[in-house]
Amino acid sequence: MFSYYLQLGLRSLRRNPILTALMVLGIALGIAASMTTLTVLHLMGSDPIPWKSSKLLHVQLDNWDINQPYGDDGSPPDQVSYRDATALMQAGKADKQTAIFKLALPIQPENPEVKPFLTVGRVAYGDFFSMFEPRFKYGQGWGKAEDDAHARVVVLSRETNEKLFGGADSTGKTVRIDGNDYRVSGVLDDWTLRVKYYDLTNGSLDDTEAFFIPFTTGIDLKQRSSGNNSCFKESGPGWDAYLASECVWMQVWVQLDSPARKAEYKSFLDSYVNEQKKLGRFARPLDNRLLDVNQWMADQKVVSGDVKVQAGLGFAFLLVCLVNTIGLLLAKFTRKAGEVGLRRALGASRRQVFAQFLVESGVVGLSGGFIGLLLTGLGLYAVRALYTDYKTVAHLDWSMVATTILLAITAAVLAGLYPTWRACQVAPAAQLKTQ
Amino acid sequence: MEFRPILSALMRSKVAMILIGLQVALTLAIMCNALFIINQRLERMHRPSGMNETDTFIVGSYGFGSGFNVQTTVDADLAMLRNLPGVVDVAMTNGMVPMGQSGWGSGVGLQPNQKQATARTAYYMVDDHAINAYGLKLVAGRNFKPEEISFMTMNNRKTSPVAIITQALALKLFPDGNAIGKQIYDENEPFTIIGVVDALEKPWVDAEDVEYSVMWPTHLAYGNGSTYLIRAEPGRRDEVMKVVEAKLGESNQSRIVRSMRSIEKVRAQAYANDRAMAIILGSVIAALLTITALGIVGMASFWVAQRTKQIGTRRALGATRGSILRYFQTENFVITTCGLLLGGLLTYALSLWLLTHVDGAKLLPWYYVPIGFACLWLLGQLAVLGPATRASRVPPAVATRSV
Repeated sequence: MFSYYLQLGLRSLRRNPILTALMVLGIALGIAASMTTLTVLHLMGSDPIPWKSSKLLHVQLDNWDINQPYGDDGSPPDQVSYRDATALMQAGKADKQTAIFKLALPIQPENPEVKPFLTVGRVAYGDFFSMFEPRFKYGQGWGKAEDDAHARVVVLSRETNEKLFGGADSTGKTVRIDGNDYRVSGVLDDWTLRVKYYDLTNGSLDDTEAFFIPFTTGIDLKQRSSGNNSCFKESGPGWDAYLASECVWMQVWVQLDSPARKAEYKSFLDSYVNEQKKLGRFARPLDNRLLDVNQWMADQKVVSGDVKVQAGLGFAFLLVCLVNTIGLLLAKFTRKAGEVGLRRALGASRRQVFAQFLVESGVVGLSGGFIGLLLTGLGLYAVRALYTDYKTVAHLDWSMVATTILLAITAAVLAGLYPTWRACQVAPAAQLKTQ
Repeated sequence: MEFRPILSALMRSKVAMILIGLQVALTLAIMCNALFIINQRLERMHRPSGMNETDTFIVGSYGFGSGFNVQTTVDADLAMLRNLPGVVDVAMTNGMVPMGQSGWGSGVGLQPNQKQATARTAYYMVDDHAINAYGLKLVAGRNFKPEEISFMTMNNRKTSPVAIITQALALKLFPDGNAIGKQIYDENEPFTIIGVVDALEKPWVDAEDVEYSVMWPTHLAYGNGSTYLIRAEPGRRDEVMKVVEAKLGESNQSRIVRSMRSIEKVRAQAYANDRAMAIILGSVIAALLTITALGIVGMASFWVAQRTKQIGTRRALGATRGSILRYFQTENFVITTCGLLLGGLLTYALSLWLLTHVDGAKLLPWYYVPIGFACLWLLGQLAVLGPATRASRVPPAVATRSV
């Protein structure tokens, strides 16, 4: 029976090609607009590391000015000072922990043919790699021994290794960065994050870094962050004064494997800050925050207002397209009152007529969905062209393809329900008489 | 006009009427709010930065290796760049240009160690060539003198206690209008205002009080980096950019020449998101109007087809073509107007939703609504014109035939 209705539906759609085209196009445009915007919203806001996002926690301590909070809403700084970061690392109370910051340094290849090039790297503790889980192509990260020894070791990204060593296994080889030699301890595989959640302060949609070196080594070499640095008072001249200052310029992440461990760590932070208060620091009320990956992303508004507005308007547009389709289907089915009357007079039940017309709307939805999917692909391509940093958050994935088709059929069937119901109300006798 | 028969005809197809009305209402709501957002973005994107944007560009240098001396490099670079043909002037800056999205900022006060700063400002660390290189207009006081320029490093924070500020900041700090010779404080350090320039935006386009900037007479080098702002003679920017890149590269082998961008490109990059938003919303409006127009065409065609016999009867009874045409036009006007009245409410409902859910959203100004009304009335009339004309061509003889 279904295939017969399908045939009837297709034949009916072919009979009014313009009306059919209008309906299909309407659904397709509505679907494309809403799915393009929804995809960006979904990929930007979705959990970047679902298997452990609740265990990875971002640390905030409020060491700011007593007269003026860091955030307009009174929130503590989004980064921490060198003093606090190293104190937390030395205490080592978490299951895993790392202080990190971004830096820009020139890499000087041995090959004289390749000119030195400036790259963005990151200093980190050895735990960084097991916390954020990039995959290694060769070798591995470094351990506590290297952190403690301020070792000159480096982990390269796949691209950097490609540039310097032609992609060969370079572990144990030497790389010269800003005049210093580092031993390669590992090479990462491709590491693309939709949102670079471990440093939302300095470009949430930036690429992952070209190289990683130990935090302790970076400090030895007096490397400042190339990212944001905020001070509420001048730090005084010299490197040591800078390190001792209240300027915030690094991020601290900890891994805590259970809620109990999290509570313990929170009370450790509180007692640490209370100790520091006795030394005359931390003039503001106690406000330490431990936010997990998703909470931190929400707090930092990774999904911008623009993306939300676009998604909202995308769906409002879909609603208009649906209302449009309901109207057109209504028009179409009303014109077929005669046919319905005839079928009813020949013995078709209301339910059968209902099924027949619903299949027809479903066909409209399905074709609208497929065209909509193509248009969504086109829309995302346009979004990538408009927002050059959206390359990781503006592409179709399988769940979105499935959602698109499902949404299209649901939309069309919903749009078809009322017109179909109306068509079924046709009294056979009345229709046959007026003919 | 014969409203009564139109209304009684509409009452017989209420659902179709409601659907078209609803579509018009939603279209109005989305269109007005999207247009308002687009206009806000366009306004932002065309905000003047205060500097000459067409002839200027920035270029950075990053030195490496133990033999690198940043101060001698800066002095040599400036001397070399200022003498290049086609160059009007060159200033060293702490990497800051309006719309560059990165730079230094702090609050300034009227007393030493104020609890809260009087104004939050951007700190341009530049030299006596900056006013000419950025293309600013000195509206009061004087420029920096060469001997006032200090070389600031991590270990040596000395600066001359003078500053040039923007007019907007001068008025904020000294509303009486005379800022020259007055003192301002960075924490507890006093600076005397020696000059006022007409405008120089902060480097962050989203900053509050974006026109509050201060210029200090300082060559700043934390580490081995330095940045130059170069102004070329009109029309020679691109040619000068190529020469500068090559000259800087060959003058010193232990450095990298980086981030060379024209200020026009800096502007384009700073406002890329606003531009994208405007284009996306513009496309939504275009698609929306197309769908709504096609919907009206579809429904009107359907009604014309359904009423062919009645139209024939009316024509046979003496109605002119014009009156048939007007009948459908009036019908469309009535439906559209009902939709628009509902749409006015929806428009403000959507505006309020945006206001509560999106940071920085503003309430829609009232005049968008009448503009929207006019657009949709026009759209409705244009859309119905085709079907209505077809209706007016129905011959009276149709009345005598059975369908």
